[in-house]
Amino acid sequence: MIALAALAVPFLAAILAPLLGRFLSRWLAIVLALFPLLLFLFWLRLLPHFFGDRSEAIAVPWIPSFGAEFSVLLDGLSLTFAILVSGIGTLIVLFAGAYLKGDARLPRFLCYLFLFMGAMQGLVLADDLIMLFVFWELTSISSFLLIGFERERMSSRRAAIQALVVTGMGGLSLLAGFLLIRYASGASSMSEIMALENGLRDLPVYLACFILVLGGAFTKSAQFPFHFWLPNAMEAPTPVSAYLHSATMVKAGVYLLMRLQPAMGDTVVWETVLPVFGAVTLLTGTILGLRQTDLKLVLAYTTVASLGLLVMLTGFGTEGAIAGAVLYLIAHSLFKGGLFMVAGGIDHEAGSRDLRQLSGLRHGMPLTFAIALLCALSMGGLPPFVGFLAKEEMYYGLLGDDPWSIVLLAAAIVGNGLMLALGFIVGLRPFLGKEMKAPKHAHEGPPDLWVGPAILALCGIGAGLFYHVFHETISIPMASAVAGEVVPVEIGPIPHLSTAFYLTVLTIALGVGIYLLQDRLRAGVDRALVAFGWGPDRGFDQVIAGLTTAAHRITYFFQSGRLDLYMTTVFCALAFTILFSLSFFSEVPALPEWPDLAIHEWTILLIIVVGMGTVIMAHNRLTAIVSLGIQGFGVAVLFMLEGAPDLSFTQFMVETLSVVILALVMTRIPLAKTDHRSDPEKLIDGGIAGLCGIGIGALLLAVTQTPFDSRLSEFYEQYSRTIAHGRNIVNVIIVDFRGLDTLGEIAVVMIAGLAVLGLIRIRRPRIEDIATETGDRS
Amino acid sequence: MRTVIFRTVAPFLTALMIIFSIFILLRGHNEPGGGFIGGLIAASANAVYGIACGVSPVRRSLRFHPMTIAGAGLFIATLAGLASIFAKAGFLTGLWTTVHLFGQSIDLSTPLFFDIGVYLVVLGTFSSIGLALEEREVE
Amino acid sequence: METVLSVVVGLLFASAVYLMLSLHTIRMLLGVVLLGNAVNLLIFTVGRFRSDVPPIIPVDSYVPTTDVANPLPQALILTAIVISFSFFVFLLVLAYRAYQDLGTDDSDKMRLAEPVEDDSPPRGY
Repeated sequence: MIALAALAVPFLAAILAPLLGRFLSRWLAIVLALFPLLLFLFWLRLLPHFFGDRSEAIAVPWIPSFGAEFSVLLDGLSLTFAILVSGIGTLIVLFAGAYLKGDARLPRFLCYLFLFMGAMQGLVLADDLIMLFVFWELTSISSFLLIGFERERMSSRRAAIQALVVTGMGGLSLLAGFLLIRYASGASSMSEIMALENGLRDLPVYLACFILVLGGAFTKSAQFPFHFWLPNAMEAPTPVSAYLHSATMVKAGVYLLMRLQPAMGDTVVWETVLPVFGAVTLLTGTILGLRQTDLKLVLAYTTVASLGLLVMLTGFGTEGAIAGAVLYLIAHSLFKGGLFMVAGGIDHEAGSRDLRQLSGLRHGMPLTFAIALLCALSMGGLPPFVGFLAKEEMYYGLLGDDPWSIVLLAAAIVGNGLMLALGFIVGLRPFLGKEMKAPKHAHEGPPDLWVGPAILALCGIGAGLFYHVFHETISIPMASAVAGEVVPVEIGPIPHLSTAFYLTVLTIALGVGIYLLQDRLRAGVDRALVAFGWGPDRGFDQVIAGLTTAAHRITYFFQSGRLDLYMTTVFCALAFTILFSLSFFSEVPALPEWPDLAIHEWTILLIIVVGMGTVIMAHNRLTAIVSLGIQGFGVAVLFMLEGAPDLSFTQFMVETLSVVILALVMTRIPLAKTDHRSDPEKLIDGGIAGLCGIGIGALLLAVTQTPFDSRLSEFYEQYSRTIAHGRNIVNVIIVDFRGLDTLGEIAVVMIAGLAVLGLIRIRRPRIEDIATETGDRS
Repeated sequence: MRTVIFRTVAPFLTALMIIFSIFILLRGHNEPGGGFIGGLIAASANAVYGIACGVSPVRRSLRFHPMTIAGAGLFIATLAGLASIFAKAGFLTGLWTTVHLFGQSIDLSTPLFFDIGVYLVVLGTFSSIGLALEEREVE
Repeated sequence: METVLSVVVGLLFASAVYLMLSLHTIRMLLGVVLLGNAVNLLIFTVGRFRSDVPPIIPVDSYVPTTDVANPLPQALILTAIVISFSFFVFLLVLAYRAYQDLGTDDSDKMRLAEPVEDDSPPRGY
């Protein structure tokens, strides 16, 4: 239960950050770092309970009608992730406090950061699929907020939108996948999926589930061809890059694949698609990374590559590969988080992140140099760092005689060699050479800037040296959770002669070679890419531009700004609706008999029709007004003849007032002598009008041919006098039975009157004013 | 329009029409008539007066701005509806009483006041529109 | 009677629609008035013509003694007449003001709110 409460802690900190920001300007980050520190200790203390492949699910009802629970799944995998999230989170919060020192935006920044921390922690601990999805989307949103943190810059906004679009689309795909899993298998949480016999492999919709889940995982973890958003996300402040875009969030996709590996892995598609995409991503990432000169971008591309490596290993699925993936995941979080913070520190203290400008920093920043070197060595996979354990284990896992293993092994070796080179490019090159003229005089930053990476670097050595404890508490439980059975992990930091060792030596030699040739390789890659000229990043721009253009066209098609087109559309739709439904439901009225009317009734109807016809034909306003009046009086007389004196009086008065008002206004508006429409247009409009008229007339005829239900009218007749004490039933209905309607109606009448008064009195703007006003707007 | 005869007759005509409109309003519950018709007749009376003698005499004789009259009408109608709440009945439920005055018995009811409200709204709104348009004419 | 009125209502509707399809605001306005009358007659016809005696209860009775005309549509139409009249006045003044300020009664030339523009949509983020 405490574990459930722990999910809320980062959100609490997110709320507190802006509130405390006012009072604790200098100490804000340090005070707030206590929250993730507490979480870190809490998860660390839980860890020993989950040795081997033990796991535990804790649930409380959340949306019972939907079968969704609020539940956490505790095992080696989720706890390791929670420890990484909270542990690195603590260091990042401290680092951010120094990085954005004195910046008024720091409380907002920390608020977003904690929002993300809560989302990520919830994501890795969630057991229920829906809950996992909610946290998944929340990480996308907080990542959007953090990438777009410097919202004044367009590149920053573009990167934020790009990340949101790519990961958000993936999130939708994931939701579809989860729902499909829920409905196809009946399991609504990870623990229930694990409990299924043979997992999800036997589902008839396995392939669809697989593709949909992969859509979520690949976009989140920046797998080729969705890798482009991650380097662009480097627009975010460095603490964000270190935390979200290398150590934690981008691993969510890998986490998901690892989590589902016991239930979905071990099939042909799984073991083909994942390694292929992983290997392609690994090579793409490293080769593109070689081209970069910005420290952060180099790191971003190696992150893409590392994620590819993790996906490849997870997909390969042997025990050794999984153990390698687990070790590499932890190692990567440590060294990459550290290197990002080092890059941020250099940027902060030397004023530049460009490789071509930086050199000789070892004089000014010896401590940073030491940390960077430690991280780079771990990244390069040299003993005794945890990176070495990871690489050895991975090579053991990939070793095999079949061509498939050899291809993947080759990819891993090339990728690792390139990554070693890139690690040294970031961790070594800026510190060597002679001291340069930096934009700022380089010197060691305050402790907050280097304590974080130092701790991560030391963890990297510590895990390698005390590998027994490390394996026992973390690697084995995590690898077992991924594999679904107990996986022994025994790899140690002492090199001993074996095939894997020779491969490591080969990797190191390759890496050193690439490091030495880096400038020529960079030029080569650059030329090749310029020649190619197109990439998914540009493709994204093209897609967005296409969407905008399409939306623009559609809007202009429907919103042409021409009233007559709108009217035509409306009336065509009206005619179609009535005539179609009448004929489709066979409600066409029967042909009526010749009506038997008195002569005066015929006369009145004739007057109405003639008046109406004259209105259409009117060539001057007097004719129009008079014939409109005649038509209206005709209706009034009709009401009188048919037993509706109230209506008749009202109609008479209204027609009188209409004629008066029309006479007052129309004298000032010209009525065009003839209709502006050409004959074909008249024919079309007349056709539409005719169809509408036929439709309404037929509808009315059909209604009058059905039996009349007079209950309501009889009710009013019965009770008008007995209850409401009135003999004029119409008036009683208006003021008593339906009084509320009438109240609304007189309010409308009054509002219309106010609007008319407003229109009459409004200052008359000159046409030029309107023109300039719209000119300003556009 | 402003012939001498018309200008002489118009005030009397207007007065007659207003009295007639009140008559129509009050008998509305039992005979043809009611607030809507009465209000329209009164509004036409004002329009006639305005056309004959100009707008300012009409405004003077009305004392209030016509929109104020309309607002008061809406207020009265709402109050008539609210009255029933004090009798612990729903909004707009009709209440009836008979007042004996000078040996005559007069039926009073909330629907009557409601109808008076309707009358005033229609009168006020259409008078103000008519007068405002007539003012434009003079400009 | 219902049959003939159905035809009349159809005719009124057709002419109202024809006028409203015009480009001139004044013709559209005339169309709106015709439309109001058409709808009122439609409601009236739907209520049927049982009798031409007004729906008023005699002084010495508590219920109508003979067949009376249907009071319900009459109540509906009575308010509808007044509402459509105020609506008509509003439209009339609107058209008049538009004519005064824009110098045209052609709805195609009133393009202030939705100006004619062919420029491409905004780019950028």
